[in-house]
Amino acid sequence: MAEAKRPIRLLRNMNSKIAAIPMILTAMVVFIGCTVWTVVYSFTKSRLLPKLDFVGFDQYERLWNSNRWLISVENLFIYGVCSLVLSLLIGFLLAVMLDQKIRFENTIRTIILYPFALSFVVTGLVWQWLLNPDFGVQNVVRSLGWQSFTFDPIYDANIVIFGILIAAIWQGSGLIMVLMLAGLRGIDEEIWKAARVDGIPKWKTYVVVIIPMMKPVFITALVLISSGIIKVYDLVVAQTNGGPGLSSEVPAKYVIDNMFRAQNLGQAFAASTMMLLGVLIILALFGLTQIRGRKNAS
Amino acid sequence: MKLHSALMAATALVGASAVSAAELEVTHWWTSGGEAAAVAEFANAFNATEHTWVDGAIAGGGGTARGAIVSRIIGGDPMHATQLNHGRQAEELIEAGLMLDLSDIAEEGGWRDIVNPVGLLDSCTVDGKIYCVPVNIHSWQWIWLSHKAFADAGVDVPANWDEFVAAAPALEAAGKVPLAVGQQSWQSSGAFGVLNVAIGGVDLWTKINVEKDAEAAAGPEMAKVFEAVGNARKFSQGTNVGDWNLATAMVINGEAGGQIMGDWAQGEFAVAEQVAGEDYSCLPGLGVNEIISTGGDAFYFPKQDDPAIEAAQKELAKLLISPEVQVGFNLKKGSLPVRGDIDLSAANDCMKKGLEILASGNILPDGNQVLSSDTTSQIEDVMVEFWNDLSVTPAQAQASYAAIIADAD
Repeated sequence: MAEAKRPIRLLRNMNSKIAAIPMILTAMVVFIGCTVWTVVYSFTKSRLLPKLDFVGFDQYERLWNSNRWLISVENLFIYGVCSLVLSLLIGFLLAVMLDQKIRFENTIRTIILYPFALSFVVTGLVWQWLLNPDFGVQNVVRSLGWQSFTFDPIYDANIVIFGILIAAIWQGSGLIMVLMLAGLRGIDEEIWKAARVDGIPKWKTYVVVIIPMMKPVFITALVLISSGIIKVYDLVVAQTNGGPGLSSEVPAKYVIDNMFRAQNLGQAFAASTMMLLGVLIILALFGLTQIRGRKNAS
Repeated sequence: MKLHSALMAATALVGASAVSAAELEVTHWWTSGGEAAAVAEFANAFNATEHTWVDGAIAGGGGTARGAIVSRIIGGDPMHATQLNHGRQAEELIEAGLMLDLSDIAEEGGWRDIVNPVGLLDSCTVDGKIYCVPVNIHSWQWIWLSHKAFADAGVDVPANWDEFVAAAPALEAAGKVPLAVGQQSWQSSGAFGVLNVAIGGVDLWTKINVEKDAEAAAGPEMAKVFEAVGNARKFSQGTNVGDWNLATAMVINGEAGGQIMGDWAQGEFAVAEQVAGEDYSCLPGLGVNEIISTGGDAFYFPKQDDPAIEAAQKELAKLLISPEVQVGFNLKKGSLPVRGDIDLSAANDCMKKGLEILASGNILPDGNQVLSSDTTSQIEDVMVEFWNDLSVTPAQAQASYAAIIADAD
């Protein structure tokens, strides 16, 4: 009797399976399907319109011979590492400061979070003015009497990427702070009491006890920051438009410019495929460390 | 309240264009003051017929606007008419059959006889059929000089490029930027093109850009051009602006000695109420080679299903090239008309110089007419780096340039 009633595996939980169909289709068609389409067409010499006219690895050869692409990749690397480290550091430090049961916490929190409400385009324009040597910070300091003061990051090819970084940190660290603050608030008060009884200094408690306990929060923050790094585009367009020269170009801008300005889809697809490959490699590394961490734990 | 009525108006427009056959949506990227006044000439003339012009201005310059225009046409939501630079920008759209064939009205209007230079019409022609209406001629080969800057520096206003180079140290000593070059890549590339024609001569330019001769691009004649540009870029250090009109403003204010820019810069001088010959000078071909390129703007008409709209599109096409509209539009725009048979006595000195050169036939095709967008933007990338990064040597830039020409199609 029990055997007769055994449900067919496929039909179990029918409702939820039907409900998931649209999402599965979206994932298959939009994400995987379009990704495959893009990769396939990156091997063609499509110009304005996609054409299946295969040229092997020509587009990739041209891509990696292009000075502009190399500059873009280098910029993304510098921007990525700095932005990751600084966002986490500044976000965490701000959260710790706010967590000291200070007065006007709400007000301060709002002020720090406020830049996040601005789009990257607005952020870029604001910082373009602030960093303009004739109107911004340099001018203010000079008018205070320090005539030799020079601070023009977005007009100096060697450091322009840091000018963009400043704007990105200003815009994004508020969100990381709020995430971290939520994490800190989730720590049981008893742990603090125990640490105090054992006479552990406060900074050490943070480093040794609290941060490891906040691992999930750090991972969330990491994912948010990394996705922001890979797709950085609008900030650069608004702030420097890739200049001076090509010194603040980024990969996403290379893709868009090739797609629309140069009307060269093949080249744009090759570049976006390389971006995808970069993300996949990072994900794979991340996955490996996770697996190893689990093995060590068990 | 204001927002509310604006929304209502927008809804009404959208609703109306869906039902009425004689409303044409026209996209273009003419958004500066002088440009908007010029395009209003078209709109008013078209509104005077039974049809209506629905303006679809796209801000952000040609590069941005072309992306939006092309993706709308490819995406199956074409506008009824659109500005593009004639040449190779619409090549693939035409080959894909997305544009309306205007051959019948071109024949009827005798365009081949009236359009001068006829090369403009050739740029609209694919496989013997005509797909666009040229509306104006813009040329790149001009340098605009600020009389005030040269007076401040205590030197005479130069009459050609060599004198300009000689005067540059005096300008620098007076705290001026000798040559204002905005930081957008098309400006660097344009200034390079102008120096190329002025220093290397027309034959060299034609060999490289039309015949795609990579050996000439890598050769010693071209090396001279790169040396000259390598020199000129030092004069442009300190131009901390991006847009071309901000660089023009430096010339207008006397902060910069000059700017190499196309004749559209004229509109900025006009808005600032400066007079050619008194406040500023213009030297076609940098005063060396008096020759102008004949690029410009044209209107294309994406194919529609509705025959009533098609009829209105053709009517608009005829109107754009008609003599009265050509005069009104080009006087406001500061560009030269596409037909040689009309009277432009109201033109200013610089425009008259341009008309004379045009009449004498010293003309070149525009870069957009001979190079694909892909090649153009690769060259722009090389040039913007070369102008802005002094560590790139002329020889390196020339090598990259020659490689691009070798791959050009």
